[in-house]
Amino acid sequence: MLSKASKVLPNFAKGTLTMSSTRDGFGKGIVELGTKDKNIVALCADLSESTRLDDFKKNFPDRFFELGVAEQNMAAIAAGLGLSGKIPFIASYATFSPGRNYEQIRTTIAYGKSNVKIIGSHAGVSVGPDGATHQATEDIAIMRVMPGITVVVPADAEEARKATLALGSLKGPAYLRLTREKSPVFTSESSPFKIGHAEIIWEGESPSVALVACGPVVFEALLAAKDLEKEGISVIVVNCHTIKPLDEVTLLKVFKKCGALVTIEEHQRAGGLGGALAELTARFYPIPIESLGLPDRFGESGPPSDLLALFGLSSPHIISATHSVLKRKK
Amino acid sequence: MNLLTEKKEQELTEIAATLRYEAIKMVVDAGSGHVAGPLGMADIFAALYFFILQHDPKHPEWADRDRLVLSNGHICPIQYATLAYAGYFPKKELMTLRRFGSRLQGHPHRGALPGIETTSGPLGSGLSQACGIALAGHLDKKRYHTYVVTSDGEHDCGNHWEAVMFAGKYRLHNLTLIVDRNNIQIDGMTEDVMPLEPLAKKYESFNWHVIECDGHNIRSFVEAVAEARAIYERPTVIIAHTIPGKGVDFMEYDFRWHSRPFKKDEAIKALAELRTLKGRITSEHQ
Ligand SMILES: Cc1ncc(C[n+]2csc(CCOP(=O)(O)OP(=O)(O)O)c2C)c(N)n1
Ligand SMILES: [Mg+2]
Repeated sequence: MLSKASKVLPNFAKGTLTMSSTRDGFGKGIVELGTKDKNIVALCADLSESTRLDDFKKNFPDRFFELGVAEQNMAAIAAGLGLSGKIPFIASYATFSPGRNYEQIRTTIAYGKSNVKIIGSHAGVSVGPDGATHQATEDIAIMRVMPGITVVVPADAEEARKATLALGSLKGPAYLRLTREKSPVFTSESSPFKIGHAEIIWEGESPSVALVACGPVVFEALLAAKDLEKEGISVIVVNCHTIKPLDEVTLLKVFKKCGALVTIEEHQRAGGLGGALAELTARFYPIPIESLGLPDRFGESGPPSDLLALFGLSSPHIISATHSVLKRKK
Repeated sequence: MNLLTEKKEQELTEIAATLRYEAIKMVVDAGSGHVAGPLGMADIFAALYFFILQHDPKHPEWADRDRLVLSNGHICPIQYATLAYAGYFPKKELMTLRRFGSRLQGHPHRGALPGIETTSGPLGSGLSQACGIALAGHLDKKRYHTYVVTSDGEHDCGNHWEAVMFAGKYRLHNLTLIVDRNNIQIDGMTEDVMPLEPLAKKYESFNWHVIECDGHNIRSFVEAVAEARAIYERPTVIIAHTIPGKGVDFMEYDFRWHSRPFKKDEAIKALAELRTLKGRITSEHQ
């Protein structure tokens, strides 16, 4: 059942939740942050509306900078601003930032230890009709291996708002991964959020599988948990919104309780959340794992829901992955 | 290149009108996609594929074909429509744009569809790829010509200028760059977002031959290409002055139509304007 502490909306499965995108949550958060802290500045590369920086631009025109289609320049300029006491947020699509400007981020932001927040919107296949060129599915992997960068993947708009605020007061470079498509807002204003803390949002009695997810597909894991309960299979659902630093303590406790793991993310199976958790279990507590994500291939054009189904990321797939991992348990 | 007769010019103008109509129908049908750029580039695409390029739609991988690299991949609806009308694939497939399982991906993908030379969408790297293609042609002593279409917004990208320098250095005269100078990008007018002028002087200073033309006057464009082909020691850029949204009154010159989805009444109005060439053709069944 739902964990009380998580303050997830109890009617989550009724289909009545508000729909909003994590980029919308960011748009709200950055305005709140700008009001509180004069050092917040925002940079954009010809995508101010799609990355939801338009309200910030309206409210703080002197702290908004339009760079044109120049993501590499944007990263390095932000690095300079960050070295000089500003807190720059740079926003684009994740395929372009951190996709195109990887090396500038590496050298000038990460290695240079500049307090820059990289906002990668339109991550995952739920981008839909724009197709693979615009669907970032490797960004968690490339950001998570970069020394010193915090990586956060909010599960809904409300969590994205909180994550934006939290990144504003975090010292050091960070990557925030956002999505284009509206998805159910299942956390509430009082749901806890702390960078580096994995949230247990569902815990059955004597659970036998852990479902660990990040991003809007956390909601699919919740739906799966509810259906699995009806089948008599008890699970724990973890919203692992921070990929780095990973909450090893909470996660290992969950793994020991469950003894099997299913990971779910809108990303390549390699190198993302699934990769991070495989590394963790291999080091400390090996258990059978099924990882759901893209099987070493690019996305394609289509409606988001069809693409999530194609890549096996909705609740029925999570349920069958749970069955498979259970069979592998000794 | 052949002489452009008046008859041929008229024919190309009519093809361009059809392509505009198809491109907008596709985007309306898909529910998303880019519109201003495709309408602005219809005349140039008609001229390229139906008059200028040496190509064979039945043999899209013919080794000696001229290459057309589309760098600003978001205007692909106009290229898809052109390719279908040129015979690369069945016209009925046009209405699958952006759909699940379609060969007409939201941004063009090499290998997905015959006639598409490179994958694009992410801006600013088309000229680099075209330089590679032109350089290979030079090394292999092939006679094909490489044309690249870029947008003006792409000129914000550093990568583009790296390629501009490269082409200048290697004197890639078998390369012609066509710039869709429509003065718009997503966040506004190019001169507000990131000023590009004086654009012609920039190219000159990078050792390119520069021609400016009216992108809606097919003769002016064809003459520009003929001049580019006659230049033997430098790459040429044709800065084609175009009107974004050309052919639909309420879309022309307005940057908000870069990729805005159509409301139903807007779609009906736009398609009617395109079908009747802004009312100049009165019969709906021309
Ligand atoms: C590297 C990169 N950054 C951002 C984008 C998003 N984007 C798509 S089109 C576009 C506008 C560029 O202006 P232009 O190509 O002149 O637009 P048009 O005239 O066709 O409306 C932008 C920023 C992109 N496709 N690639
Ligand atoms: Mg433009």
